[in-house]
Amino acid sequence: MFSLLINGQTHEIDVPADMPVLWILRDVLGMTGTKFGCGIAQCGACTVHLGGEAVRSCLLAVGSVGTQPIVTIEAVGDNAVGHKVQQAWLDKEVVQCGYCQSGQIMAATALLTQTPKPTDADIDAAMSGNICRCGTYVRIREAIHAVAASA
Amino acid sequence: MGQEMLSRRAILAGGLLAGGGLMLSLRLPTLARAADSAAAEFMPNAFVRIEPSGTITLIMPNTEVGQGIYTSAAMLIAEELEVGLDQIQVQAAPPDLSKYTDPSLGDQATGGSASIRGDWMRLRQAGAAARVMLMTAAAQRWNVDLAGCTAQRGVVHHAASGRSAPYGELATAAAAVPVPQDTSLKAPADFKLIGTSAKRIDTPSKVNGTAIYGIDAKLPGMKIATLAICPVKGGKLASMDIAAAKRVPGVRDVVQVEDHAVAVIGDHMWAAKTGLDALAPVWDGGTNAKVSHKDILAAMDKASQSQGVVAKDEGNAAGAIAKAATKLDAIYELPFLSHAPMEPVNCLIHVRPDGAEVWTGTQVPVRAQNAVAKVTGLAPATIVINNLYSGGAFGRRLDIDMIEIAAGVAKQVPYPVKLIWTREEDMQHDWYRPYYYDRVSAGLDAQGKLVGWTHRVTGSSVMARWAPPGFKNGMDPDAVECATETPYEVPATFVDYVRAEPQGMSTGWWRGVGPTHNVFVVESFIDELAAAAKQDPVAYRRTMLDKNPRALAVLNLAAEKSGWGQPLPAGHGRGITLQFAFGSYVAAVLEVEVTGQGEVLPKHAFVAIDCGQVINPDTVEAQIQGGFILGLGTALYNEITLADGRVEQSNFHDYRSLRMNEAPLVEVFQIRNQEKPGGVGETGTAAAAPALGNAIFAATGRRLRRLPFGTGQLQAS
Repeated sequence: MFSLLINGQTHEIDVPADMPVLWILRDVLGMTGTKFGCGIAQCGACTVHLGGEAVRSCLLAVGSVGTQPIVTIEAVGDNAVGHKVQQAWLDKEVVQCGYCQSGQIMAATALLTQTPKPTDADIDAAMSGNICRCGTYVRIREAIHAVAASA
Repeated sequence: MGQEMLSRRAILAGGLLAGGGLMLSLRLPTLARAADSAAAEFMPNAFVRIEPSGTITLIMPNTEVGQGIYTSAAMLIAEELEVGLDQIQVQAAPPDLSKYTDPSLGDQATGGSASIRGDWMRLRQAGAAARVMLMTAAAQRWNVDLAGCTAQRGVVHHAASGRSAPYGELATAAAAVPVPQDTSLKAPADFKLIGTSAKRIDTPSKVNGTAIYGIDAKLPGMKIATLAICPVKGGKLASMDIAAAKRVPGVRDVVQVEDHAVAVIGDHMWAAKTGLDALAPVWDGGTNAKVSHKDILAAMDKASQSQGVVAKDEGNAAGAIAKAATKLDAIYELPFLSHAPMEPVNCLIHVRPDGAEVWTGTQVPVRAQNAVAKVTGLAPATIVINNLYSGGAFGRRLDIDMIEIAAGVAKQVPYPVKLIWTREEDMQHDWYRPYYYDRVSAGLDAQGKLVGWTHRVTGSSVMARWAPPGFKNGMDPDAVECATETPYEVPATFVDYVRAEPQGMSTGWWRGVGPTHNVFVVESFIDELAAAAKQDPVAYRRTMLDKNPRALAVLNLAAEKSGWGQPLPAGHGRGITLQFAFGSYVAAVLEVEVTGQGEVLPKHAFVAIDCGQVINPDTVEAQIQGGFILGLGTALYNEITLADGRVEQSNFHDYRSLRMNEAPLVEVFQIRNQEKPGGVGETGTAAAAPALGNAIFAATGRRLRRLPFGTGQLQAS
């Protein structure tokens, strides 16, 4: 039995220790905002925050989480930076199919929380783990700079 | 296990928004309706439904796969209906060829960048007819002249008497007004919405995690499955360890589909996946078990040496080339490609004795319905297709194999099954963009002018499989699209097509289809001619565009914006490409840097587009940026190859996708006019590979003819 703190709420989950948090979120808890894209931490669609850091939940075994708080896309807007990121995503119309964007927003929020005024190189380093097949990178970069400019 | 028991409406209302008040409602017209509204609602055509409560629903004939069509199509209706996008909700059309067939595709399908062209008239007419009927109902109620009434923001006004009524109040009365046959549409000068960068209606739910894609759909009692398909096409399941699979906690069932696939069903994807691993199916590859990539290439090369079916024969190209001062020929090769949409294919389906219900993102809802009917024996009318958002498609969701196989699983169990493919299965069981092996030749006169051109296309016919009526007398029109017709004035052209089906591979529609293939060949070869003629690539093209002012205009615009002709640092080069495809004119200049190690770094792209009347310029820019980036990454890194009958690539570690740190800035310049709208969704993709190849030549003097270009060809000397 694992006790997970997700978006400020505690959940008791009875699953094997090696089960990735991604599937606990999506299938056990029904929180489908975090997406499945590859299962091998190559695409970033499954990005959540663990103790404030962006991590790939498809390879995050529940047994390794412990008491670290998890934040997902469903609650990232409750936080000032996350809310600004979501708003910038709308202002710049970043989204095309949108499937990668939960992960992109989580990664961008982690970046901007740690580095409020990131350079292009900072953006490259933080965001290159998140693939967008629709190719929205130009606008993702613009949106991140817009949030930085408003800080 | 904590799974919520959600009502069907709640599950489907994935688009509930904090701000916009819009809901993606999937209530289908065929389902039972509330007693008070069945007769009283106003639905004068297939696209507009207004309820007495005031709810305005626009039915979308096209699937939202990221191209923004829900917004643009809604704009077309809303413009004439005189409502704002904040006043409407949208609903995916149910399968119904009598109402939703796309006029140019001949099917209810989203593809070929055809949606706006198919919707341009019929959606505006639908909105206008509905508006006129509502106004007529108001005029009748008030006993005034229709001419004295206006409509604005969902309200009919009669200024002279100061009366007004919102559409909801008029709905029941409007339903009794005869549908006008001929309603005049607004002049472009009067557009309030069309031509503006209206905010997309689906994006708010896509930034807060509430948008529901096929993979997110849920039903009470649902189980989740994943599958393994025989890795070799045409092979069979030889053995598997069912007992081991069933020992995995959470596994419910192991279900075989015919003899080539097996699914493990569990309480969640993790159980299904670990159960499948434990199942460890063993396959008998059969006749294709030894096919290798080089076998396929050898067969293609051989097939390309005989004349094919003639697609175009104008002037005497062979004769002109024979007499030409300079003769050139080349072989261009494009690889098999996987679609790799971010959302792996999936399908939720509940098969019951009396009917079935499907939840998925599909580009072809009628084909989906027919696929389920075929597998289950149920009548199509008993099969409900709920068409959800797609997490990308690029043509993958024009095929219904994922729905067919889900039906094959679900008919063997009593509960709803959501069958989710792993990325590996998605990539290795795709309908690949065909390998094309193209032979081109040309003749130039003493001044370097093009006097004759031949182009033989060799490759699979997707049309023959996907739409057999479109494949006539051995000719696949997609295989030669943008080969038979280029923007240029060429005195003699010969184009032929050799159909060569690759053993052990399935082929399908990939973003940009025929143009993505042929524009690469044509624009690369034109660049070779320019070099042979010792002329600048832009100047050389201009000489052949006298009769094509719109093509010339985009060429000039892209060249100008890119600073064409201005010096670049060593190792940098600019490549140009020009196309008329999908009804739109596009020119692109890509600047690249090629490092000393032969690494190709895209730096900056400048794309000019004339797509006629623009519906939403922001969407046009986004589609060009994104489509170009997809095409670029693909041209740099991607190929699908077979070894021992099995696809070698399996995930994003070996089928590389362009990432943030590699993506260039893409600037888009739109020529605005009121010409007939052209398609946009695939145009950027078709422009990428030729711009890349030409830029690499400019940077290095090396002409690459076999895609992909970023995987070491430049390192080899």
